[in-house]
Amino acid sequence: MTQHDGAYFPRDRNWHPKLLTPDYKTSVLRSPQKPLISFGNSLSETTGPVFGHNDLGELDSDLIQNYARSGESALGERIIVHGRVLDESGRPVPQVLIEVWQANAGGRYRHKKDGYLAPLDPNFGGCGRALSDDNGYYAFRTIKPGPYPWPNGVNDWRPAHIHFSLFGSGFAQRLITQMYFEGDPHIALCPIVNTIKDPQAIDMLTAKLDMNNTIPMNARAYRFDLVLRGRRSTLFENRLEGN
Amino acid sequence: MTKLAYLKESPSQTAGPYVHIGCTPNVIGNDGIYPQDLGAAMITGPAKGEQITFAGRIFDGTGTVLRDAMVEIWQADAQGIYNSPAETRGAADPNFTGFGRQAVDMESGAFTFETLKPGRVPFPDGRLQAPHINIWIVARGINLGLNTRAYFSDEETANADDPVLARIEHKHRIQTLIAQKERNTYTLDIYLQGERETVFFDI
Ligand SMILES: [Fe+3]
Repeated sequence: MTQHDGAYFPRDRNWHPKLLTPDYKTSVLRSPQKPLISFGNSLSETTGPVFGHNDLGELDSDLIQNYARSGESALGERIIVHGRVLDESGRPVPQVLIEVWQANAGGRYRHKKDGYLAPLDPNFGGCGRALSDDNGYYAFRTIKPGPYPWPNGVNDWRPAHIHFSLFGSGFAQRLITQMYFEGDPHIALCPIVNTIKDPQAIDMLTAKLDMNNTIPMNARAYRFDLVLRGRRSTLFENRLEGN
Repeated sequence: MTKLAYLKESPSQTAGPYVHIGCTPNVIGNDGIYPQDLGAAMITGPAKGEQITFAGRIFDGTGTVLRDAMVEIWQADAQGIYNSPAETRGAADPNFTGFGRQAVDMESGAFTFETLKPGRVPFPDGRLQAPHINIWIVARGINLGLNTRAYFSDEETANADDPVLARIEHKHRIQTLIAQKERNTYTLDIYLQGERETVFFDI
């Protein structure tokens, strides 16, 4: 059997945002200026921490309930965010720990450094996590976050978004990104979104309304698939070693 | 020419200033969702090997310390084995996870991991790498997580033979990856820019 456990495909750093993107001002002083040093993956890169169901609590993937007082729930547009995690070869990636965080329906974060005047929701923490199944499938239930202003230009607003963090099977697959919502006019205006140059890449981060998986009279669904780095086959590498 | 049907990796976006909410909720007082933050404890029982503290801070291009970064480390146990299903050489110490995650201190900017000194791990060609800690840094203003490594100041011989350090053309830059030992603490300050810019890797 072919073992897909070799080195990861190199990252396409023209597809990802560059580190230095002056329209996103904070990047100017936080972007390394010297070329990155490349080397082939060793076990230090192809291994990584892997988590299981024992690490998760029952309500972890339900942001409507996991911070709510008994008998109450978070305020806002109820949505299901779901999709699959695949690798670049199109194979499902099981057992991916997906962590999400987001602002509440008014665009306010439960964070001591967020001073936006929109109120906190006492029933919303803004944090959740889930594990992909054998088919790479995952799902969350939450409320749609609100857009919020941020200090960059004089009047920059973030489109509604959910932050995503993913652990694949190797540390080299580690990824943090953001999910946007189809049809949001702020996507085109946002300096953080526009750190990504290819419109197709931005489209990959834009969840689509999924009426087929909407639960009538309960919650709309948004579909959001994610792709982690793929790996080379080690079939020939093993033969070369004489196995 | 037919294009091979590969997918593209999901593009990265900054973790932003509020990464704590999702990744270390307990340190900002958003408790009651998770019993414990992921990666808060690396040593979970009587682990074999030398216990050390790995500490440092991260500086921007003006020399200002970052107070909103998150640092993750990943390392082998004292025998050089990773606690991972992708490890091919045997079982790691069950009392050591190898994975640590910390938001830097919101006042001082410091990270301080209580961990073990890692053993040596082979490179694909069979040569042994010097003991090292793999580091991943995300923060507001960082569009794609930064990978670097910490090596150890008391491993001069192993460092001199390390195949990754050997890839660094400007030898004076190797120093940016060497954590300095003082008693059982190894300290590595990380510079995102400037004369002392840390070596970052494209892994
Ligand atoms: Fe945000």
